[in-house]
Amino acid sequence: MIKLIIRRLLFLITVIWAASTIVFFIPRISQKNPVRERFATLAISGGFSPKDLEVIIASYNTKFGLDKPLFEQYTDYLSSISRFDLGVSYNKYPRTVLELIMDSLPWTIVLLLVTTVLSFVIGNLLGAIAAWPRAPRWLRTFATPFILLQGVPPVLMGVLLLFFIGFKLKLAPLGGAYSTGVIPDWSSLTFIWDVVWHQILPGLALLLGSVGGWTLSMRGMGITIQGEDYVNFAEHKGLGGYTIFKDYYLRNALLPQATGLALALGGVVVSAIVIESQFGLPGIGRVLDAAIRSNDFLVIYGVVLFVTIAVATLMVLMEFIYPLLDPRIRNE
Amino acid sequence: MTPVLQIKNLQVSYYTDAGRARALDGVDLTLTAGEKLGLVGESGSGKSTMALAMMRMIKPPGRIEGGQVIVDGTDLMTLSEQTMLKARLSKIAYIPQGAMNSLNPVTRIGAQMVDAIKAHDEGSSRADIDRRCKLALESVDLSSSVFKMYAHELSGGMKQRACIAISILLKPKVIIADEPTSALDVVTQRQVMETIDRVQKQIGAAVILIGHDMGLMAQFVDKVAVMYTGRIMELSSVRDMFTDPKHPYAQALIRSLPNLENKGVFNGIPGMAPALLQLPGGCAFHPRCSKVMENCKTQRPPSTNISGGRILECHLYSEKA
Ligand SMILES: Nc1ncnc2c1ncn2[C@@H]1O[C@H](COP(=O)(O)OP(=O)(O)OP(=O)(O)O)[C@@H](O)[C@H]1O
Ligand code: SF4
Ligand SMILES: [Mg+2]
Repeated sequence: MIKLIIRRLLFLITVIWAASTIVFFIPRISQKNPVRERFATLAISGGFSPKDLEVIIASYNTKFGLDKPLFEQYTDYLSSISRFDLGVSYNKYPRTVLELIMDSLPWTIVLLLVTTVLSFVIGNLLGAIAAWPRAPRWLRTFATPFILLQGVPPVLMGVLLLFFIGFKLKLAPLGGAYSTGVIPDWSSLTFIWDVVWHQILPGLALLLGSVGGWTLSMRGMGITIQGEDYVNFAEHKGLGGYTIFKDYYLRNALLPQATGLALALGGVVVSAIVIESQFGLPGIGRVLDAAIRSNDFLVIYGVVLFVTIAVATLMVLMEFIYPLLDPRIRNE
Repeated sequence: MTPVLQIKNLQVSYYTDAGRARALDGVDLTLTAGEKLGLVGESGSGKSTMALAMMRMIKPPGRIEGGQVIVDGTDLMTLSEQTMLKARLSKIAYIPQGAMNSLNPVTRIGAQMVDAIKAHDEGSSRADIDRRCKLALESVDLSSSVFKMYAHELSGGMKQRACIAISILLKPKVIIADEPTSALDVVTQRQVMETIDRVQKQIGAAVILIGHDMGLMAQFVDKVAVMYTGRIMELSSVRDMFTDPKHPYAQALIRSLPNLENKGVFNGIPGMAPALLQLPGGCAFHPRCSKVMENCKTQRPPSTNISGGRILECHLYSEKA
């Protein structure tokens, strides 16, 4: 067990190093200097003489270390992230990257957690029932619409929901984290309700697109499991349908799905980033979107790194949860 | 002695794309309490189908077309679905063909015994249930620690015993064991057979033992039924069957067993088992029979009782009767 933990920790460190290296070099392939970009836009709107501009840019470049050789910037960067120092935002200076992430993180976590868990539960149940020959017919056909929706990308799902439910039917708000003009007050129930209300469409966009995937794979799994000898023997024992469904069929069919959950987390993050920008939610996706548009290196590094670490950690965690579900790998 | 099991004219068909396959074509059988019957026959002759039909567990495309399975005075075929659930394991139990995979891999053996008892006796206390499980494990020579173990922690023989332990939990009147030893080594095979023999005596159930290993079977059963294309061709005591088989198919089966005299000679049965979809008319065995007569090709031989309590389906004997 100790050996496994050490192995997984080493794995995590390797993932973090590899991710940070990749996110460090990729934006540098473009020759743009973010400080110059930023002040160039400011200069266009007036207020700077070109000479002042050069001085300002030079001083900021020194301040952010952008004038150093690339390799030195890289080692500086690695040493600072190992101290959990993700640097400051060029664009929103003097705010630090960590601050930006921490401010936006709760929004993303809640949205992702709720939709992922709901999608996993609903999708797997629908799939399991669809493959269960003794379930009533009407219940089994419930899975079909979700399976059909499964191919629709989240962006398109978002557009469709916004147009029909938000715009045409006016049943839900068109975007934002809460109604405009409202002053955030987390102790007020009306405010919290308002926030939840604004999460419904983005949540639905994420949910509708992902339920079908679980349904489809669970249905396939269920067809295999119901032919297993232990399910047959359970019937020979005279057990009722519900017990067989729950303890013999579902428990076993869920095992590979749990592995799938860890893998799906990476993909879910990508969808969330898209949806957050689309619905104007102040989550991590929007921070990343803004950073990419303004070439805000350190914020990009920070967010990508953070997401990578989070997903890798969850995957490692899942690996420790899995033996609790399957006794066969508990002793290894 | 009053029979504990009576099967009358049991019929099962599988409706495949190619047509209707009569897998069980009018089977009759009577067993008294404590009696042990060996059911033999080539692969596909309908042995498992008969077992599943008795449990009322034939699944589509299969269908029970008719007949009676009377256990302890009750015709199982007339029971409601709900009552049949209760009858499984308490009146009639089935030890599955694939015992290696018949235990749920993710729950403890104990849990799989407890749920079986609970499904039948809702009122029993937890302590009583535990005691009955431990007792069942004991009578199949498993230590009570198996109660807390998972299937993957058991050897093949232990898994088979665990399945036997489960099947005797409610002291059924009839136990069907479908090839209980097919995946085990010779030593373990014997031990498992002895276990079945012992628990059977303990609870006084009638046993139907399905298998291919006639040598092993001969040592444990009282009677042997030879099945061919969904019909019982000959039913005789073990001694009669092995020393003086009457039915030409039974004779061929027994002759194909290796012994010291015919060492090195393989006495197979000529021809192939026919496809159920296009059974030959008359006696289904006639294309392969060495004693075939004219009326064998057109008339189905009736079931005939001959001396020694033997039952035969062959024109060689029906004429004498
Ligand atoms: N689900 C099914 N669908 C169609 N035909 C089936 C099905 N199950 C069994 N059969 C047919 O019924 C016949 C009897 O099969 P059964 O499994 O009872 O044979 P068996 O005597 O148990 O053979 P084995 O010794 O190989 O276990 C076979 O010809 C088989 O093809
Ligand atoms: S009925 Fe005729 S064909 Fe059939 S086994 Fe008897 S002798 Fe052979
Ligand atoms: Mg079989």
